[in-house]
Amino acid sequence: MVYKRLVEIGRVALINSGPDEGNLCVIVDVVDQNRALIDGPCTNVCRKALNFKHLSLTDFKITVGPSAKSGPVKKAFEKGEILEKWEKTAWAKKLVTKKKRATLTDFDRFKLKLAKQKKNRVLKAELKKLRGEAKL
Amino acid sequence: MAKVHTPRNKDLVPGIGRYSRSAIYKKRALYKRKKTGVKKEVAEELKSRVKEVGGDKNGGTRVIPAKRESRYYPTEDVRRPLKNNRKPKPTKLRSSITPGTILILLAGRHRGKRVVFLKQLASGLLLVTGPYKVNGVPVRRVAQAYVIATDTKLDLSSFKLPERLTDDFFKREPKKKKRTEDMFEDSQEERKPSEERIEDQKTVDEQILPEISKVPHLKKYMKTLFSLRQGQYPHLLKF
Repeated sequence: MVYKRLVEIGRVALINSGPDEGNLCVIVDVVDQNRALIDGPCTNVCRKALNFKHLSLTDFKITVGPSAKSGPVKKAFEKGEILEKWEKTAWAKKLVTKKKRATLTDFDRFKLKLAKQKKNRVLKAELKKLRGEAKL
Repeated sequence: MAKVHTPRNKDLVPGIGRYSRSAIYKKRALYKRKKTGVKKEVAEELKSRVKEVGGDKNGGTRVIPAKRESRYYPTEDVRRPLKNNRKPKPTKLRSSITPGTILILLAGRHRGKRVVFLKQLASGLLLVTGPYKVNGVPVRRVAQAYVIATDTKLDLSSFKLPERLTDDFFKREPKKKKRTEDMFEDSQEERKPSEERIEDQKTVDEQILPEISKVPHLKKYMKTLFSLRQGQYPHLLKF
């Protein structure tokens, strides 16, 4: 199978633009080829139809019936521990760092650069050592 | 929006109104108003005086004007500049700039350097120092338009600025014109900072350097030049 993330009822998606940007939601129903009915009772997203353009599908899925109301969606979302699992993904971590980077001041960016240099220096030395051993 | 005042008597060209004085009198209906106010009592000035004249056949006296008219009469009307009482307002300091703020210079020979803001001078320019020992920027003046204020601040509560560091202190001495033979040759004299400047630089930097070394990495930060990397947009960055 080529696609692993499908638009289907119960698919957890990330909203990537608009006022709810950065929040998770669940596809509850498909309105037409452009829009889905979404709901996010655990992430303060109101139930509404949203264009697929504004959704990014995630790996997670919960089991809810078609057009399920907010109550069952919330239950299944919490039972599946979707939020906890989501925060552990590399995708979510990247979003967090991106957000944090935007708040850095000029001096903070400089300190970050220094830390990066320090890390890379250690890495480079270690790599050199390993390469030398491999050659022998 | 506040209503903009437009005069009824618009200027045709600067200095000349569209309407005559009498036309304005009519438009403002000044004839309806009673003139109030007491007339000033003016001491009567003698317009002429009697002068005695010598000679038998001259009648003895003659009436002549008390004040002689000026001989000069302008042949052409001289255009007078309009009155302008506007005085430039003092420059407002950006709220993000307070004494001790680290600034990034954007223009001039020190562009890209990070400096410490000391004080706003009376002319509105910002007094700034590198410190000289750290990045080579002496105590100098900068316009605030050519500066980015960062969020990084030093604690300058106990800082004392030498009194003589004012705008006059930074005035340049006018160049001496050379009229001798070696007019076109470059003089060998180098421009050197005056003793006073070196002294003030020392007193200022001595107070600031310990503040800088208090914060880890800050000295190195002050030493490096500011630059933008790929994907960094200055209007989206936080400083």
